Amino acid sequence: MFQFIVRRFLVAIPTLIVISFIIFALLDLAPGDPTGNLPLTIPPEVREKIRQSLGADDTFPVNYLKWARQFFVYEPIAWYEQATGNTVPGGENRTRILSWTTRSPVFDLIIQRLPQTLWVVGLAYVVGILIAVPVGIISAYRQYSIFDQLGTFISLLGFSVPTFFTGLLAIIIFSVYGGRTDWIPFLPSVYDTTLKVNSWSSFVAQVRQMIMPVMVLAFFNASQLSRFMRSSMLDNLSQDYVRTARSKGMVERTVVLGHVLRNSLIPVVTLIALGIPGIFGGAIITEQIFRVNGLGALLIEGINSADIPRVQTLTFIFAILIVFFNIIADIAYGFLDPRIRYD
Amino acid sequence: MSTATAKKIEAPESDSQWLETWRQFAKHKGAVAGMTVFFLIILMVIFGPMFYTVDPQYSDLLNRNQGPSLERPFGTDNLGRDLFAANLAGGRISLAVGVVSMLISIILGTAIGLAAGYFKRLDGPLMRLTDLFLALPLLPLLLVIIMLFRDSLRGTFGPELGIFFLIVFVIGITSWMNTARIVRGDVLAVKEREFVTAANALGSQNNRVMWLHILPNVLSPILVSATLGMANAIITESALSFLGLGFPPDFPTWGRLLFDGKDFMQLSPMRVVWPGVLISLVVLSVNFMGDGLRDALDPKIRSKG
Repeated sequence: MFQFIVRRFLVAIPTLIVISFIIFALLDLAPGDPTGNLPLTIPPEVREKIRQSLGADDTFPVNYLKWARQFFVYEPIAWYEQATGNTVPGGENRTRILSWTTRSPVFDLIIQRLPQTLWVVGLAYVVGILIAVPVGIISAYRQYSIFDQLGTFISLLGFSVPTFFTGLLAIIIFSVYGGRTDWIPFLPSVYDTTLKVNSWSSFVAQVRQMIMPVMVLAFFNASQLSRFMRSSMLDNLSQDYVRTARSKGMVERTVVLGHVLRNSLIPVVTLIALGIPGIFGGAIITEQIFRVNGLGALLIEGINSADIPRVQTLTFIFAILIVFFNIIADIAYGFLDPRIRYD
Repeated sequence: MSTATAKKIEAPESDSQWLETWRQFAKHKGAVAGMTVFFLIILMVIFGPMFYTVDPQYSDLLNRNQGPSLERPFGTDNLGRDLFAANLAGGRISLAVGVVSMLISIILGTAIGLAAGYFKRLDGPLMRLTDLFLALPLLPLLLVIIMLFRDSLRGTFGPELGIFFLIVFVIGITSWMNTARIVRGDVLAVKEREFVTAANALGSQNNRVMWLHILPNVLSPILVSATLGMANAIITESALSFLGLGFPPDFPTWGRLLFDGKDFMQLSPMRVVWPGVLISLVVLSVNFMGDGLRDALDPKIRSKG
């Protein structure tokens, strides 16, 4: 098992190098000029110097190696210095990856935006799982019942209707019509990041502004997961060991929740692990609808202002997350399922 | 003479096979309902503008932000343009994007899956390539590609066609991976069957074996992933347009109409409902059709009745 883990991580390294190369090459073709947003009063020779300092005139391989050195060497050193307070010699030659628009390190921007994304999108993922698992269990256990048919229809609806429409519908219902009548409460449609939770009323405000984005995303996540949960339960319910357990006189509860559920959760857990990178990247749309200024919004702003270093770094981080959680899913599978042996 | 008799025997057999599939498909109520809705929307989008002859670009400034009425079924936008006409015109582009990018992704996926499954030497590299594509963060990359190439393509092909080519192309080349994997798996299984060995023993060329003997036997998973791929392509295009990086406002697709309408939800809330409902209906009906097709083409489910 240990050997397998090490091998998987080693194989991931060339994959990530190729991906970083692809992302970098794509963005290197961009026509954006890092000095495009600067005032026109700057003399041309100064402008040329700024361009040089930002590395806009170097050839592609040089730029790529520079960026790779910044990402893999300079950034970790900077974090180490910040975390421990020690200084590593040679600091004056090291530049961190700087955003072209804000002139601050891209990783500082990411740290600023991460909490919003984790709170809203991460919570939606958790809520989605909490809805999907019981729904999947009941639908499978009572196959073809009304609950099952309704659940199947709603889940098909859930992943056919895109989040950018469910989100807008929720806004129409709760922000436009909400509050006009007594039975629809008003909910704010814009997520206020500056809100500090320090009292009961601000906590209520925070909950109110999180309900819509969390529910819209949770509905989408739950509808995908519940179908997998259902089919996984169905696969296991028809197995011989279930009949054995029942014939031993075991209580139905123990059979379903003890034996069948534990076995059916194995593929679902790996699926959940595979979906985690989506929390960071796939929520781009939801963040746009509710104006949550998380990582997705950071990326969209970067794209709209042609901020190449920011887009490169963010996209590459998304890629790292995907590769990393793929490995985690494989490992989880090996640990959870005794039938799977990697060596 | 022998080929003539062979054809005679073969033809009715394949006919009845597809007839049987159709019968199974017709049993699936959701699939039939999905197909009905889907074809109704297609007919509406294709023939609608012939009967409803309002120009979607004409702006009637005196009748801005109107709600639905008998005269204007979907109301008007903030420039007084008719929204029913805009939705009909937008649907043509949205559906065309869905069909064409699905075709690109299916052709690419089938070719790669066939090659990887049939030629042992290509299997490793092609599957590494597939894994690599699966590890790419697709939505960010799509956005980046569109941002980068939008203007240059617009220059060469004109504003509408340029963005159409770009979007269809990028959706196509980023969604073939699942098809390739499924086709490869099936090809690996079919390749070991006796009729392929027989064809090889008779001295058939690789190409002939691949196209005539293997491809028809892996057609059903390709069909299923084609329907799902189309739903996916329509959603992706709408998402791109919704983020403002898809079609320009003068050639609005359903996604673009949503994007343009979302700033006017206080004034005319129905404006975002129409394109949203249309996108959802199309995707839902295509997904139902895919479900029915999968059941109809799966011999295991079929034998259960």
